[in-house]
Amino acid sequence: MPRNRRFEAIVAGVSSGGVEALKVLLRGLPRQFPLPVLIVAHISPEADNGLALLLDDLSAIRVKEADELEAVEAGTVYIAPPNYHLQVERDATLSLSVDAPVRFARPSVDVLFDSAASAFGPALIGVVMTGAGADGSAGLKRIKESGGVAVVQDPDDAEVDSMPRSAIDAVTPDYVVPLAQLAPLLLKLAEV
Amino acid sequence: MNTEELFDIEMRLLLHGVNQVYGYDFTDYSEASIKRRISQWLASSKFSNLSDAQSVVLRDRQVFESLLRGITVNVSEMFRDPAFFKALREQVVPHLKTYPFVKIWHAGCASGEEAYSLAILLEEEGLKGRFRMYATDINNEVLQSAQEGIYALKDMQRYTKNYQSAGGKGSFSDYYTARYDHALMLPSLREQIVFASHNLAVDADFGEMHLILCRNVLIYFKPTLKERVLRLFDTCLLSGGFLCLGLKETLDGRRIAAGYSEIAPRMRIYRKSYAKE
Repeated sequence: MPRNRRFEAIVAGVSSGGVEALKVLLRGLPRQFPLPVLIVAHISPEADNGLALLLDDLSAIRVKEADELEAVEAGTVYIAPPNYHLQVERDATLSLSVDAPVRFARPSVDVLFDSAASAFGPALIGVVMTGAGADGSAGLKRIKESGGVAVVQDPDDAEVDSMPRSAIDAVTPDYVVPLAQLAPLLLKLAEV
Repeated sequence: MNTEELFDIEMRLLLHGVNQVYGYDFTDYSEASIKRRISQWLASSKFSNLSDAQSVVLRDRQVFESLLRGITVNVSEMFRDPAFFKALREQVVPHLKTYPFVKIWHAGCASGEEAYSLAILLEEEGLKGRFRMYATDINNEVLQSAQEGIYALKDMQRYTKNYQSAGGKGSFSDYYTARYDHALMLPSLREQIVFASHNLAVDADFGEMHLILCRNVLIYFKPTLKERVLRLFDTCLLSGGFLCLGLKETLDGRRIAAGYSEIAPRMRIYRKSYAKE
């Protein structure tokens, strides 16, 4: 990771409508994308790792289910495993937890965002996308407080608007964009 | 200096103090997890910041115990990952049945849900009276509740579904008595379980075991502590014995891996080989 880059990582959270939204987002990222992308999608605890495999098949960028102790790498998308919280440690390795669900969610977007804000500080981009509920709002606030950048999918464009709306209520986002513009925006930011 | 940086400094000071005064060392725990747990403990305490908490924690053992509970409490459920328990039933138990008596170590048993699950499974497979299970945890309070075997009735529906998916042979409701909004596990399930305090970071092994379960505990540890614990397990597992980890935990890349083979795809059930070291 060259030191002159403004950003070191992207974290994103989705819930209802998330699979379709992730397909659009990840299809727009090239194989050589210069940052790691960490994603929490609310899926059934009984799910297998099918989501990561599906998204990997559809996208140029590498997509995998997160494993513990993994060092995050540029050009890779890490999906939280079903029924585990995904966290990132200060040394930019991933860790998992089976702590109680937060706001009924495990994996929880807030848990990922919190830990990433500690790990990356101002070098972090947080993205809240379509979903029911308010998961991700508190985490996005933490990202902003640590000097990072907050991106929210335009609620009018989201399949389910409450997660983006709640995020916009919690923080003043740096960017509010429709789904189709999300990948181009992240590409532009990543090149800084 | 923002509040978060201060919190980090205070947390390091507090954990250092706790180690000096009480001998509990948390330096090898995942920082993200421990930080989240300490934040939650602080939010539920009467202290406004960790510096205020520290002077009391280091002097008052009871306050320390409450912090310890906050740091070490693990969450579990009955027959968590039913596919794992099904594999255990079908691929491990037949081997266990070949021994006259089976010794099991369930490390990091938390409030006991998996210990009771295992006891039910072994009973259904005809091993009642032929095994002893040492169910251990660092946290004395959860051991107490594990010993009592009382769980929320509202969770029983989910546990019943898990039990059935895990190949349960009877009716799950036969294993507990409902009282108001609680479920009391049959006391007979406990007869062969010894609940005991054990700190994986420092304590020694338990002698020879045929089966060790330690699921979703190692994910909280940094690599050095993981290695230490796996070596400890390796020391007390008999040749041909079984080691079960959580579904996102693996022996891949660990030092003891060469002596083990994974017997069920992706279920993280490892068997120790008979080959001489």
